[in-house]
Amino acid sequence: MAVTTMIGAKIHRREDPRLVSGEGRYVDDFTRPGMLHLAVVRSPFAHALVKSIDVAQATKAPGVVAVYTHKDFAKVLSGSMPVTPSFVAEKKQSPARFPIADKEVVYQGEPVAVVLAETKYQASDASNMIDVDYEQLAAVMDLDKALEAKSPKVHADGPDNLAWDLTYIPDDPAVMKEADVVIKTRILQQRLAPTSMETRGVLAEYSKPDGTMTVWMSSQSPHFVRLFLGGAMGIPENRLRVISPDVGGGFGAKISPYSEDWLVPAAAKLSGRPVKWIESRTESLQTTTHGRGQIFEVEAGAKKDGTLVFIKATQYLDAGAYLGTFAAFQACACLLAGGAYNWKHVSARTVGVLTNKVPTDPYRGAGRPEATHMCERAIDLLAGELKMDPADIRRKNFISAFPHTNHFGLVFDSGAYEKAMDMALEIAGYDKLRKQQEEGRKKGKYLGIGLSSWIEICGFGPSAATAPATGGIALVESAQVRVFPTGSVAVYVGTHSHGQGHDTTFPQIVADTLGVPYDSIELRHGDTAEGPAFGYGTYGSRSLAVGGMAVFKASKKVVDKARKLAAHLFEAAEEDVVFDQGHFYVKGSPDKRKAFGEVAFASYGAGLPEGMEQGLEAVAYYDPSNFVWPFGTHVAVVEVDAETGHVDLQRYIAVDDCGNIINPMIVDGQIHGGVAQGISQALYEEVVYDDESGQMRTGTFTDYILPSANEFPTFELGRTITPSPTNELGVKGIGEAGTIASSIAVINAICDALAPLGIKHVDMPASPDRLWKLIKEARGTNHNGKGGS
Amino acid sequence: MIPAAFEYAKASSVEEAVKLLNKYGEDAKVLAGGHSLIPLMRLRLAQPKALIDINDIKGLDQIKESGGKLHIGALARHVTIHNSQVVKDKLPILAEVAGEVGDNQVRNMGTIGGVVAHADAAGDYPTIALMLDADIVTNQRTIPAKDFFKDIFTTPLAADEIVTEIVFPVANGPHKYIKFRRRLFDWAIVGAAAQKVDGGWRIGLTNVGPTPVRAKAVEDALHKGAKPEEAAQHASDGLNPSGDLRASPEYKKHLARVLTKRAIEQAG
Repeated sequence: MAVTTMIGAKIHRREDPRLVSGEGRYVDDFTRPGMLHLAVVRSPFAHALVKSIDVAQATKAPGVVAVYTHKDFAKVLSGSMPVTPSFVAEKKQSPARFPIADKEVVYQGEPVAVVLAETKYQASDASNMIDVDYEQLAAVMDLDKALEAKSPKVHADGPDNLAWDLTYIPDDPAVMKEADVVIKTRILQQRLAPTSMETRGVLAEYSKPDGTMTVWMSSQSPHFVRLFLGGAMGIPENRLRVISPDVGGGFGAKISPYSEDWLVPAAAKLSGRPVKWIESRTESLQTTTHGRGQIFEVEAGAKKDGTLVFIKATQYLDAGAYLGTFAAFQACACLLAGGAYNWKHVSARTVGVLTNKVPTDPYRGAGRPEATHMCERAIDLLAGELKMDPADIRRKNFISAFPHTNHFGLVFDSGAYEKAMDMALEIAGYDKLRKQQEEGRKKGKYLGIGLSSWIEICGFGPSAATAPATGGIALVESAQVRVFPTGSVAVYVGTHSHGQGHDTTFPQIVADTLGVPYDSIELRHGDTAEGPAFGYGTYGSRSLAVGGMAVFKASKKVVDKARKLAAHLFEAAEEDVVFDQGHFYVKGSPDKRKAFGEVAFASYGAGLPEGMEQGLEAVAYYDPSNFVWPFGTHVAVVEVDAETGHVDLQRYIAVDDCGNIINPMIVDGQIHGGVAQGISQALYEEVVYDDESGQMRTGTFTDYILPSANEFPTFELGRTITPSPTNELGVKGIGEAGTIASSIAVINAICDALAPLGIKHVDMPASPDRLWKLIKEARGTNHNGKGGS
Repeated sequence: MIPAAFEYAKASSVEEAVKLLNKYGEDAKVLAGGHSLIPLMRLRLAQPKALIDINDIKGLDQIKESGGKLHIGALARHVTIHNSQVVKDKLPILAEVAGEVGDNQVRNMGTIGGVVAHADAAGDYPTIALMLDADIVTNQRTIPAKDFFKDIFTTPLAADEIVTEIVFPVANGPHKYIKFRRRLFDWAIVGAAAQKVDGGWRIGLTNVGPTPVRAKAVEDALHKGAKPEEAAQHASDGLNPSGDLRASPEYKKHLARVLTKRAIEQAG
């Protein structure tokens, strides 16, 4: 690179003044002439037959323009909602899913009718007047019971409730026998609701004369929506424009298309008027895909000296009533079961299970928090059996030679795991903490220290691996760099920023590459009518390592052309032209230089080299050679109030390595947010359904507990930098790291605190009532413990 | 998340509010801070035909001491009670409780009259009112707190009756309110209050039943010289709390004992 003044600079996010002053433009901020408002009538039951739908009263209600049900939508929509292979190519079954129910509803919140009215109030009022006659059926809510032969079925006509059953690597009984100690544990990854500040929303406008459809929606991947929706509605891409404007958070739940993403455009086509639908918070908790929702059975063994021998993981994944578009992505937890360690053998099996709940799909980390959680819990349990310090067993078994090919054939590109752990332990004052813990225990204080040494596969991804996983589209990334005659620059990217700060970081890359002022560069994204033909969206910590590289590559193409032109203007050989700090000059004559802007202007003029076309712009697609592999170690310090079960999270230390860094402030912000989300899983969040009725009990923020800033200590961050050899920028991803590491750091700390009581396992969320019960039971059975109070 | 249609009227005096309440009958609701009512309306769990907004009624938010009593106007906001020097001097436990209601937004809007009239079992002020024998004054009468909290969300207030002030005794001796909750801005899972009055203890509990509870058995045990830990064992006597997502009945009873012990021990 010519200069490195902006890359690595800790500059403020340029999008923030707009976003924090209320000037952001979200779907609900858009309006179209003649626009109608849509309300969805949803199933109150988890499983029922729809006997009849009486819309007569609603149709006559004030302001109502139309009421549509399955039979209306069947005229303009076809096919089933998309399901990709992801990490499970062969499914046992994938129930067909039309965006609105016909004869059977299979989860609470499934659409059965929609109302279109002049105002949202009228639409809402009328939606309560639709009389649906249901015949309730038994709901399948429990993962274990769902797989029993006598279980009711999620779909009345389904063969059973098994979606998939895939063994990636079978057990090796001979290796398992080599272990001196063996631990077993069962880990519940509770369902989580990805709660973006902005709920989902769709606005669609159809032009009958020219057959074009424009859709505004809150999406992480507008091009994929265009691809899928175009297929369902029979509209070619060139007539279908999807605009995903400012988006108030996605966390993975705005990748896959939803029923309403089909129903709203279809309603616009049916009614001939623009139609808007904005999801309410209860609809969001009930019908936006959930994350996690898995049970892991884990077995692991080690030698007496602490050498790890084997880990065996079985994942039961609660897919919900239909398979989410990327439902089987979470199976990647199996492929990372071994974590950051050398094991002689790793075996893994994933089982997908249908239940009468809203589908699960990726949620920040998607499979990798689950992998880290099981592996890091197993490591601590082994350390406990061996009476080793948790840091020592990690140190002894860390992978230290790179590239490293794991048991599943994945290649870890670079790492320095011990270095990151050492830094985390130093910041934490680990030895001192252990002493405090020992002293505290004598006084009946339950202080716990939890480690989590995490790794991550991200930067999705190399075409050879990702095209089969999506069913054809390789998850590469595109960018277009346009240099205008007077030197200002517009960059169009296929990634989508909804909190990641691309408006800031991508121009930082371009500024250094082109040598032009940062303020002269504008970033545009989220509109399928602009930029390259296809963009791949933002998820899986891919934007920088894949999208940033596309931006870098397109910028370099522009520089290459400018260099050719500069050589022509200097009447020098191209190889003699130097590009430095935004200026071209001939080797040896730095005083006779031409600014990048001058060359840009010349590119639109006459007298270009023979064969060179006017203009200065380039499109690039970047196909990475591998995934990227960030890592780090987090340390949580807790004190458990054994009388009430309350967990006081006293300190949280995070040392993360995501390779080279474009903007340290944004990296820190990503870690803060991710850590908070993971801690929230450990201590607060849980989607709860009634086991019998299938009704969601956490349908508002009163019952679905999201913590606020008050509930967290100040995070103590550290950083090591191990550049990625996978890409020229040396970068990895950081969007999910905090979430991947943190749930188990907290749970390990709680288990460590309660170890004197003989407690080895704590379910999430580790709520006070749950811990109180555990402690009470442990004291009842443990002769060393104090009597219960 | 969109409420049913309702009419809205603003009252500038108690008399006008009563007139409006009479006009709309039983389907009308008084709107003060609205932080309990509006969430219920958004979910259509409450569908009043009319809201009578009393926020503009002048003088209904006054806080003053007179005749050894602390008068808190029904429209006094939590933030005002929390910051009031009179309250801090005369009934500091109330100032502290006010500072722990909800978050800043709630404290800036919510009123003591609204909390008392709403009679949510998880409300904090009702516990203090009950244990200190406060009076709830309305436009029609004065109701002792012990006769006011009848059941969950149930009070003797008539359809055209408006709470105008809460009258507390002055009590500035040792006191403590412990509000056990998941998040700083949450309602109490269980709350326990201890206040020394005239050499004896008053003990109150929040959210351990349909109404606030005065733990007389604990008070009596303390009076007889029991240590806080022994006396607090009686905090769950006669309680029959309902369970919810945050706590089982057993856990609530356990918390009642633990928090009562701590409140007495930490009272200062």
